[in-house]
Amino acid sequence: MENSSVSADKWHYLTDKLPLDKEIDRLIDFLTEHFAFLTKAISKYLETVIEISTQGLMSLPPWLVITIFAILAWRLAGRHVGIFTILGLGLLWNLRLWEPTMETLILVVVATIIAIIIGIPFGVWSALSPMAYRIIMPILDFMQTMPAFVYLIPAIPFFGLGAVSAMFATVIFAVPPAIRLTCLGIKQVPKELIEAADAFGSTRWQKLFKLQLPLAIPTIMAGINQTIMLALSMVVIAAMIGAGGLGSEVWKAIQRLEPGKGFEAGIAIVILAMILDRITQKIGKQNSPER
Amino acid sequence: MEKIRAVNVTKIFTSHPQRALTLLEQGLSKDEIFSQTGQAVGLVKVSFDVGEGEILVVMGLSGSGKSTLIRCINRLIEPTQGQIFIDGNDITSLDHRALLELRRRKFGMVFQHFALFPQRNIINNVEYGLEIQQMDKLFRRDKARQALKLVGLEGWEAAMPNQLSGGMQQRVGLARALAVDPDILLMDEAFSALDPLIRGDMQNELMSLQARMKKTILFITHDLDEALKIGNRVVLMKDGQVVQIGTPEEILTTPANDYVKRFVENVDKSKILTARSILTEINLFAYLEDQPRDILHKMQTNKVASLFVVKRDNTLLGIVLAEVTRQAVERGDKTIANITESQVPTVITTTPLIQLIRVLAKWPWPIPVVDKENKLQGMIVNQRVLKALTKGGE
Repeated sequence: MENSSVSADKWHYLTDKLPLDKEIDRLIDFLTEHFAFLTKAISKYLETVIEISTQGLMSLPPWLVITIFAILAWRLAGRHVGIFTILGLGLLWNLRLWEPTMETLILVVVATIIAIIIGIPFGVWSALSPMAYRIIMPILDFMQTMPAFVYLIPAIPFFGLGAVSAMFATVIFAVPPAIRLTCLGIKQVPKELIEAADAFGSTRWQKLFKLQLPLAIPTIMAGINQTIMLALSMVVIAAMIGAGGLGSEVWKAIQRLEPGKGFEAGIAIVILAMILDRITQKIGKQNSPER
Repeated sequence: MEKIRAVNVTKIFTSHPQRALTLLEQGLSKDEIFSQTGQAVGLVKVSFDVGEGEILVVMGLSGSGKSTLIRCINRLIEPTQGQIFIDGNDITSLDHRALLELRRRKFGMVFQHFALFPQRNIINNVEYGLEIQQMDKLFRRDKARQALKLVGLEGWEAAMPNQLSGGMQQRVGLARALAVDPDILLMDEAFSALDPLIRGDMQNELMSLQARMKKTILFITHDLDEALKIGNRVVLMKDGQVVQIGTPEEILTTPANDYVKRFVENVDKSKILTARSILTEINLFAYLEDQPRDILHKMQTNKVASLFVVKRDNTLLGIVLAEVTRQAVERGDKTIANITESQVPTVITTTPLIQLIRVLAKWPWPIPVVDKENKLQGMIVNQRVLKALTKGGE
């Protein structure tokens, strides 16, 4: 009897549940305790940026904003996209979704900018260093396959409830394509061109800025395009922790079971996505050398 | 002094070459080493030099190591063993900075598939070498324009590379290499991707440019005709080793082994062989003061139908024919002054075979080969020409 209980004691480590949750909680607690002051500061700063730009956009009359966007879309992506922008944004104004649309737009744009700032250097690094590539790529796989909701939970202790937490989760979710496609774009530069640049005595930086990055721009733009789309897809999820914008309209509609309202907000997200998609795609194409 | 000097350059494609090197020392072949170690042997103790202003052509089939070799010269590929001297300085020990500096100052490189930067227009492509040296913008624009003019592409400055034909793209490639005013041009199969006609044009143009510029050129090709046409000397490579180094004529006339022999079989020899390699030495002459009777006797005993008439110092005066001499003897002439035919076509030692054939077609007698002072060096006879053309072939 005694013997068997001892042996059961011995093996319980194998059968007991691993305390993975507890360990992760402890890690996050530790990080919160020591780094929250930093993230909170970033949070404050970003909140101000978001607030000011939202207020800035809202202080302008919608027709003026629509005109500016339409001209921008027309210049960057052609007449059709310009006309679509007028009609699409006009519809959103009419549906009284102007304010949440602008909030969402700013959330997406700021998240995309952060994702680019992080993504391009990491992309370049992983393209140039095989070691970095081997470390970064599995992390990206992890980041992308992990359900995006999960990021929301630890985001709150670091950044507090609201738009910045949402943005943190959005960036984590949306940065992988920026890194991947920057890496791909640089790796795709033909070996012969690299050799030519080397033969003339280019330094590593000259090669990067005069050859590799310029040639990678179409691919990088495709990555940015994907980043924007992923950021938009996070909008609804982020609304669960108070990000505001079109996502919270959808969220409200779900809770009140109002399919009509839900579709209105959903269509607004689609329109925004289409405008941003067409513009970024066109920029990518214009920069391709069409070999 | 030699401009480029390669001494025992060996390349093994691996980071741990020790075992392969040992096996190489033991005399194993490239294939044996690969099957034993899995390491590819690129070059085996390649040595050669290139004189200032010379065009040295490295010729070999694919896999012979010629592309590896040219990249070792500017260390785009690091040689595993051996040394490379540029202007007498060993460059294998240079650090990264010094290497960049060397590439900028000494080398211009032209690539098989042009390797133009697709996002830059023509003038910006040509400027590239100067741009990375942070040259003044106006200066480099000026240099680039000059280089474009040199290759005959004025007016194309603003075009993009993909708007140009292959031949034009390679002219841009050449201009890009020339714009930095390098001492040495490295040309890696520069014309191999071009149509035969365009290729011929480019070869001629390179040679006329070279006549003016006097660069030192290392030219890689897999085309023996091209090698023999433009090379001052040719390095023949096989399996990473040098098989033969020599002038085109030496390679054709004295192939080092069966491999070279098989190679040169199908070459159009008429353009490369010159009078020098097929001339027949003359040891029978007619001197102006000789009597016709003596000359006829000389001809009959040696069974020849004609003799060249020379002065004592070997200056060519003309030719006497047996038939005419016999008539002169019958007439009782005392000198050969009247029977000497002075309207003789002459050639020099460097006259190519193809021109000799043209002369032979109109002149039934041996052709005298003379030097600059009209001194007789030898003669060209029919049979030797025919034999030279068929040598090697069955």
